[in-house]
Amino acid sequence: MAISLTPAAARHVEKSLQKRGSGIGLRLAVRTSGCSGFAYALEFVDAANDEDQRFEAHGVTVVVDPRSLSMLDGTELDFVREGLNEGFKFHNPNAKANCGCGESFAI
Amino acid sequence: MPLLQIAEPGQSAAPHQHRLAAGIDLGTTNSLVATVQSAVPRALPGDDGEWLLPSVVRYTGTGEPEVGRAAEAREAEDPVNTIVSVKRFMGRRLADLPEAAMLPYRFVDQAGMVALATAAGERSPVQVSADILRTLRIRAEASLGGELAGVVVTVPAYFDDAQRQATRDAARLAGLTVLRLLNEPTAAAIAYGLDRAAEGVFAIYDLGGGTFDISILQLAKGVFQVLATGGDSALGGDDFDRAIAQWFCKRHGLDSLAMLLASAQRRLMTAARAAKERLSQAETAFIALAQADGSIWHAALSRTQFADLGAALIARTLAATRRALRDAKLGVADIDGVVLVGGSTRMPLARDAVQAFFGRAPLADIDPDQVVALGAAIQADVLAGNGHGDGNRWLLLDVCPLSLGIETMGGLVEKIIPRNSTLPTARAQEFTTFKDGQTAMSLHVVQGERESVADCRSLARFELRGIPPAVAGAARVRVSFQIDADGLLAVTAREQTTGIETQVEVKPSYGLTDIGVAAMLQQAIDASLPDMQLRTLREAQIDARRLLDAAEAALATDAALLSVDELAAVRQALFRVGEALETQAPVDQIKAASSGLASVTEAFAARRMNASIRNALAGRNLDSLV
Repeated sequence: MAISLTPAAARHVEKSLQKRGSGIGLRLAVRTSGCSGFAYALEFVDAANDEDQRFEAHGVTVVVDPRSLSMLDGTELDFVREGLNEGFKFHNPNAKANCGCGESFAI
Repeated sequence: MPLLQIAEPGQSAAPHQHRLAAGIDLGTTNSLVATVQSAVPRALPGDDGEWLLPSVVRYTGTGEPEVGRAAEAREAEDPVNTIVSVKRFMGRRLADLPEAAMLPYRFVDQAGMVALATAAGERSPVQVSADILRTLRIRAEASLGGELAGVVVTVPAYFDDAQRQATRDAARLAGLTVLRLLNEPTAAAIAYGLDRAAEGVFAIYDLGGGTFDISILQLAKGVFQVLATGGDSALGGDDFDRAIAQWFCKRHGLDSLAMLLASAQRRLMTAARAAKERLSQAETAFIALAQADGSIWHAALSRTQFADLGAALIARTLAATRRALRDAKLGVADIDGVVLVGGSTRMPLARDAVQAFFGRAPLADIDPDQVVALGAAIQADVLAGNGHGDGNRWLLLDVCPLSLGIETMGGLVEKIIPRNSTLPTARAQEFTTFKDGQTAMSLHVVQGERESVADCRSLARFELRGIPPAVAGAARVRVSFQIDADGLLAVTAREQTTGIETQVEVKPSYGLTDIGVAAMLQQAIDASLPDMQLRTLREAQIDARRLLDAAEAALATDAALLSVDELAAVRQALFRVGEALETQAPVDQIKAASSGLASVTEAFAARRMNASIRNALAGRNLDSLV
């Protein structure tokens, strides 16, 4: 069971946390919604829950709840720039199909 | 795959987050709700699988009121507490309802709007409408699985401010957020315009349960512009039912429907409606009415007989259509298509008349009962922010039915927004003070086509104070009229040098019915000649008064500049002007007196000017001046 961040993603998370001024790390989660069944969520973490799993990557704490972890295992989170837009991208080996708009995925 | 951003805890957006929005057609006879799902507008059925919710509310005194079919079923046995066609009472006072005596309700006349006494107490039309809207809200939320972010509610194009406001209040009372009120024909145009991407000029002929609307719309490059509207807010399918019922009564030796008991009236109206609907398919319909003595009255109505009964009603719709065409400055030949809206357009009688009038087959391929709600749903979807790329391209333009202006000296109306201006609109005009040292200005906002304030309808009065004292005509007050997309008016007056301003929002407490609108228009046409004469007279009087004031003020300070003879001549001219004003002399006499005064004071004015320049220059050398 592991979640990893690319150096670029870690740098951006760290910068974002500094700008926000509080928070202990980044939460990765999978929500059941969207047209293909599941959708990713990225949130700041103020306090981790007891059942959460913690990972360290390039100095950044990543928090994942156990239910999401089963679907995120092996995921690498990247931070990329595409044209004018920049943001996070999930490389999830568990995802079998993405919906046309890319907002959600299926396992 | 899109790029994600980090959200605050618990606030990450769900994909395809869609704000639930709905369009509601709050009709006189039936109401319905529609929404856009997967880019397709569709009406939402109720538990009974029917799209249409009869606009009927029954108050029982205990518990929740019954709404829709359940209430309709009890209509005949409990007519007093079963409110049908409540839309006709929206924003109206008892005096506005000539048909009230024909109806079985206990009306309570109240200042702003009539109320109805029911088993559950007094209910205003706003509350009754809110009960209908609440039922539709529950239906929409149950079938969409969430709370509605906002709705678009449709109103007849001819609804005035009071009626629109009442509709808005009803929606708010039902717990709905009104994104916008939309004119019904405009909504129908949206429903058709979207599917066809048509361009051209269209007539929307909307004969509903209780209202008739005709709108001339121009569709071009995705922009809908309402060129003109007209109609009759007391003409609809109910009137055809009543015509059948009256005919039935006459055949059985009764002078009018009112001679029957309230419950028998209801049963007969229901039977008449069924007969009317049957005649859309069949050539003949039978009507039967059980009497208190156990006997049953029968009658058979043929399609031809019904056409005769309805001919006068249809003629009224065509007369309104002709008026709207004239307002739009168009002929029948300029119309590229006719859209039929409203359940009553299912009558072959109406369809044939429209076809004959316009010389072309009308468009009717969207269900005429649903088309308005579907258009409203599309608009709601866009306004709720669910625009899908090109979704925001609609720019809706409506028109205001009567000119708006303010009162000026002499009781005249200065029109600021002319009739049939497209909405939303904003126009401004500058006004000035009339008297020396005037520091306040009273503004009277009026609506109507006539030249004199007394003949127009007063909407609001307010005052602008704190104008810096100066000679008459020096202050500049800019009066702006703004009408928003819902047709509500805001008036602002602003003194330009100091920037002081006051504002008033016009929410009239009582309505002006479309019959009132039509009557006012007719009067304006009939009275245009006397009105113009009145205007010329008043203007001459005002000019004379201004001249008189100025000359008197000048005499008070500079009489020394005149010789004795000159002074006498000026005094005499002054007297003549004063006399002409006081005796209400005709226009030419006032004008003659004024020009007399102007000519004798010409030399005086020049001398005063020279004197004041001399005073200003006295004791100064040329160098200091250049």
